[in-house]
Amino acid sequence: MISQLSWKIGGQQGEGVESTDRIFSTALNRLGYYLYGYRHFSSRIKGGHTNNKLRISTTPKRAISDDLDILVAFDQETIDLNARELRKGGVIVADAKFDPKVPEGVDARLFAVPITAIAEELGTSLMKNMVASGASWALLGLPLDVFNKAVEEEFGRKGPAIVEKNIEAVRRGAAYILEQAGGPLEEFRLEPADGKKKLFIIGNEAIGLGAIAAGCRLMSAYPITPASEIMEYMIKKLPKFGGTVVQTEDEIAAVTMAIGANYAGVRAMTASAGPGLSLMMEAIGLAGMTETPLVIVDTQRGGPSTGLPTKQEQSDLNALVYGTHGEIPKVVIAPATIEDCFYDMIEAFNIAEEYQVPVIVMTDLQLSLGKQSCEPLDYDRVEIRRGKLVSNLPPLEENKLFKRYAFTEDGISPRVLPGEKGGLHHVTGVEHDEEGRPNENAVNRRRMMDKRLSKLKGLRIREAIRVDAPHEVPDLLIIGMGSTGGTIDEARERLAADGITSNHITIRQIAPFPAEELKPHIQSAKTVIVIEHNATAQLANQIKLHVGGADKIRSVLKYDGTPFLPAEVYKACKEMK
Amino acid sequence: MATFKDFRNNVKPNWCPGCGDFSVQAAIQRACANVGLEPEQVAIISGIGCSGRISGYINAYGFHGIHGRALPIAQGVKLANRELTVIAAGGDGDGFAIGMAHTVHAIRRNLDITYIVMDNQIYGLTKGQTSPRSGFGFKTKSTPHGSIESPLSPLEIAMAAGATFVAQSFSSDLKQLTSLIEEGIKHKGFALINVFSPCVTFNKVNTYDWFKENIVNLDQFPDYDPTNRVAAMNKIMETGGLLTGLIYRDTTRKPYEELIPGFREEGLARQDVRLSREAFEELVAEFY
Repeated sequence: MISQLSWKIGGQQGEGVESTDRIFSTALNRLGYYLYGYRHFSSRIKGGHTNNKLRISTTPKRAISDDLDILVAFDQETIDLNARELRKGGVIVADAKFDPKVPEGVDARLFAVPITAIAEELGTSLMKNMVASGASWALLGLPLDVFNKAVEEEFGRKGPAIVEKNIEAVRRGAAYILEQAGGPLEEFRLEPADGKKKLFIIGNEAIGLGAIAAGCRLMSAYPITPASEIMEYMIKKLPKFGGTVVQTEDEIAAVTMAIGANYAGVRAMTASAGPGLSLMMEAIGLAGMTETPLVIVDTQRGGPSTGLPTKQEQSDLNALVYGTHGEIPKVVIAPATIEDCFYDMIEAFNIAEEYQVPVIVMTDLQLSLGKQSCEPLDYDRVEIRRGKLVSNLPPLEENKLFKRYAFTEDGISPRVLPGEKGGLHHVTGVEHDEEGRPNENAVNRRRMMDKRLSKLKGLRIREAIRVDAPHEVPDLLIIGMGSTGGTIDEARERLAADGITSNHITIRQIAPFPAEELKPHIQSAKTVIVIEHNATAQLANQIKLHVGGADKIRSVLKYDGTPFLPAEVYKACKEMK
Repeated sequence: MATFKDFRNNVKPNWCPGCGDFSVQAAIQRACANVGLEPEQVAIISGIGCSGRISGYINAYGFHGIHGRALPIAQGVKLANRELTVIAAGGDGDGFAIGMAHTVHAIRRNLDITYIVMDNQIYGLTKGQTSPRSGFGFKTKSTPHGSIESPLSPLEIAMAAGATFVAQSFSSDLKQLTSLIEEGIKHKGFALINVFSPCVTFNKVNTYDWFKENIVNLDQFPDYDPTNRVAAMNKIMETGGLLTGLIYRDTTRKPYEELIPGFREEGLARQDVRLSREAFEELVAEFY
C-alpha cells in the first residue's frame, strides 16, 4: 500500500476537466485524505489545453509532486504535453474516441476507455466527467458508495433522474476499466486515510470566509484573475448577513469605495492582483494619510503589465512595500498556508482598525487558487478588535472640531464615525492639524508625519516569522513566503536523507519587516537560501536591507510561471550547500 | 432644529473674491437646514481642485479625498451607513475628466447621493488650463492656440447613463440653486446638479454676464414636464446645454440600496457584525 499518489486530468478548457476533478476530489475528501491541487489554465474560457493535478496523501502535503501516477486524458494533446511527467509504470486513462497513443520513450500503461461513447449512450457527452472520474476511482480500488454519495450531492438539486444517470455513468466507467485492468491496481492502493473531517477549499474562499468572520460586510472589487473568487464567494454569502459586494467600474473605484465605507464605520475590503494594485496606489496613500482603516488582498500573479495572468509569481512585494508616493505606515501580511488565509484576514481587519492604517494581505496564485485540505477552522479564535473607536461624545465647543488626529503617546488618535453628535471633524489627504483641517505649518507637518509613522512601532502579527528550527546550527537556513512552504519542507526531507541539516523560516509579516526576530537566525546560519517566485530576489533584498548577511544569503528564483517542485528546491539547495 | 448657520464654520475659504463656489457653499448650507438635517447627519465628500475644498467649509462630516474619486468614496460612505445624507461635490475637471468613469457609473448605480458639480469650464487650482467643459477654441495656458477638442455635455451623458435626477443651476441664482439641492437631497436615488460657477480669475469668456445672457431658465416654462425623458433630452440639445432648473426626474426607479438583496434599513456601520457560532459553522460546512 502507498501513502500518497498524484492524479491529473487534462483536456480542452470547458470540456469538463474542472468538474471531473471536483467530483473526484470531493469524494476523496470525504474519505479523509489530505489533498493538494494545482490548476494549469490559460486566460480564456473555451479551448486550449488545461489540466488539474491532485496530490492525494494520508499525511499533510502542501506541495505539488514532482511526478505523476495517473493521467486522465480527454485528448491526445493532454497525453503529449503531460505523459513525460508520469513516473515509470504510471497509468494513462484516455478516451478511446481519439485513438490514444503513448508517446515514444514513455513507460506507461494505457487504458483506452470509451469515455465519450459511454456518456453519449447515456444521453449526453457532458457526462464524460462522470465516466472518467468513475474509472479513476475504480482503479484506486476505493469504495464506490462514497463516490456515489458525492455524485448525489453534486446533482441532488437537479432531481433523482439526473443523479441516477450520473451514477450509472460512474458505474459504467468503473466497470469498463476494472474489466480491462483485471481489477483495481494494487500498486495504487492507498493506505486508509485518518477519516477526520477536513475542509477542502481554495485560498480565495478561505480569505472570503475569514473576512466575513472578521465582520467585513462590504466588498468593492473589479474582476481580475486570480482574485475574482473572493468577490464571488462574498456575494454568495454577504446578503445573509446584511452586507453586499459592489462590482465597480475599476480598481480605483473599488479601493476608494472601500475607504469611504471604512471611514463611515463598516469593515470593508477590496481584492485584486498586480495590475489592480498598481491602480490603487494613490488611494492607499489617502488611507495612510487620513488614517482610515483599509484591507486589500493582492493575489499575486505573473507580472509585469498583463504578464502571465494565470500563472504563479511573487513579484509584487516591492510594489506593495514601496508603491505609494510619499511615506505612510502600511502593513503587508503574507499568509503561507490555507489556514493562514482565514486567520490572517481577521488579523488584517483588526490591525487596520487598531492602527488606523491600510493593510495588504499578499497571497500568490497557487495559494489563492490551489484547492487543498484545511484543518478545521476555530471559531473561538475569531476576535474582533476595533481599536480607539469612540462614541457618546460631549458637545463640541463653538468653532471647535473633534480632534480626530490628536497627538497621543502611541500616535493613534481616537476615531469617531460620521453620524455621531459631538464628533464632527474634517478628513483630508492634505496635511492637516489635529482637527483634520488643512495645515502647512512646518512644525505641525513634522509632528504629524512622526505621529503617523510611529504608529506601527512594535507591530507584530501572530507568527510574523514562522520558525521550524530543529537544528541549533543547521547546514542551511531556508527562507520562503507564501505558498512555497510545503515544497521547501519536502525538499528538506530529501536533504536530510542526504545528511544535510536545514531549518526553515517563513516570513509572514513583510512590512514592517520583522528584522529583530529574524536577526539571530541569520546570524547563526552558515548559509541562507531564500526561495521566491520572482527574478530580482525581492524577499532576499528585504532581508539584506533590514538584517544584513548579504555574504551568506543565496537566492533560488523561479519566474517561469510554474510553482516550484520539491525536486527543484532540493537540487538547488544541495548545490548551494 | 438646525438652521443654515449651524452648517457654517469659522474657516475662511481660499477661493478668489467673486468665485461662484461661495454661493454653492451657501446653497448647500441652506438646503441642508431647509430639509431638516442636523450637521452630524450629513457627510460631504469632495474631490480635488478649488471646489474640492468645500467639504472643509461646511459644518458637517467632511471628507476631502483624492482627485476624481469623490463619488466612489461617497458611495462607500452611503453603503456603510445609509442613514447619512451624503453629498458629493467637486469641479468639472474632477467629475468630467479624471473622474468621468465614476460619474457615469455612479449615475447608473443610482445610490441615494446628491452630486454637485461646480462647473467653471477651466482648471483653476492649477492656474488656468483647459477642462473637458471648455469651449472649442478656448484659449488657456495649456491650449494657447485654442482648444481643438469639443466640450462634453454632462447633462446628455447623465441622461444616456440612465440618470434619475438631472438638474443644472447658476451660482448667481441662490434661490433656484438652494431649491434644486433640496430636491436633490430628497430624491431617492442619484441626483446630479451641475452648477455654472464662474471662475473670475482664469475664465474671461464664461463670465457671470455671459451666463446671464445665454442661459434659459426652465422655471419660466410652467408647462415643462421634467418626467418626460425625450422632452428633457430635446431641451438640453435645443439650448446647447445652457439651461437651468430641474431637467429630468424619474421617481419610479428604486435607489440601489433598496435593490440590494438582504440590505437592511439600519446603517451597516451600526449593525452588530459578529458571527454567531451557528452561522460560522454553517459557512464552514459547505467545504467539508
